[in-house]
Amino acid sequence: MKIDCKHVWDHISAYIDGDVDEALRAEIDRHLEHCEICSAVMDSTRNVVVLVADERIFEIPAGYSERLHERLDAVLRTELPLT
Amino acid sequence: MTSKTNGEVSAAGGGHGSEPESALATIARIQAGETQLFHALIRPVERAVYVMLFTLLRNESNAEDAAQEAFIKVYRNLHSFRGDAKFSTWVLSIARNEGLAFLRRQKTRPEEPLEAATDEDRGDYTPALLTDWREVPLEALERKELRQCLCQAILKLPPIYRDVVQLRDIDELDVQETANLLGITEGSVKVRLHRARAMLQKDLVLVMKDLAPKASGWRSLFGGRRG
Repeated sequence: MKIDCKHVWDHISAYIDGDVDEALRAEIDRHLEHCEICSAVMDSTRNVVVLVADERIFEIPAGYSERLHERLDAVLRTELPLT
Repeated sequence: MTSKTNGEVSAAGGGHGSEPESALATIARIQAGETQLFHALIRPVERAVYVMLFTLLRNESNAEDAAQEAFIKVYRNLHSFRGDAKFSTWVLSIARNEGLAFLRRQKTRPEEPLEAATDEDRGDYTPALLTDWREVPLEALERKELRQCLCQAILKLPPIYRDVVQLRDIDELDVQETANLLGITEGSVKVRLHRARAMLQKDLVLVMKDLAPKASGWRSLFGGRRG
């Protein structure tokens, strides 16, 4: 099986997640060795996945946790949860 | 999302699959009257709940209000948690429902109806093709402006794609957990995640290119391919 660029793009996400079978992975690897465009697409998509997982992408408002637990405390002091 | 507080509470998140005994044991103690243990039980997941609600509501104040309401619901419904899923996944599910209810009350999402895009939609999901991609140094990825761009790119994704990015790539739920939480098939999760990543790649690639040094060659950003 020889795959083209479009075929590689269709499987980029699954490839990054390790969700492609061994034969397809080997074909994609072979394609990436000689295709600069697909290599760049793969690298940049992987960068996106790594960056999205960075906790600093979304900043938590100052005092969020304190306000949350203060509000909860008022409930915890007056209510017992159902069993 | 695992923590230990004063040796009393552990593993609000736990591993894959069912909940570790410790979280269930903590819940039993809370139900028996040690209500203050609830604070420690939810600390490991409070950040994830806020981020989920912020990506859903796209407003800090609303996200915080909804998070508070969600955690109160979690407390009042502890009896319905049976440990079939991770505690954190169960909490995220309650938070998501709270966020969706908030949207229904506010009716503030006219520009993004839930049915705006479907898995059958044959839109253009090809990635940005780069003819002069250069290595982006790791330091560049530390740049705050890149994170801000990504935050904005995620927020402007159509909701069905934002949901899967949130659960799979931010909260790191597995495909099955994501499918269960969203009420869709595992195949749909994979298709939507693939498209979402392509959209984010298109948005971010120009920013990343600007951060790359002109003299670098065609090398992988992280020094080799990973599975």
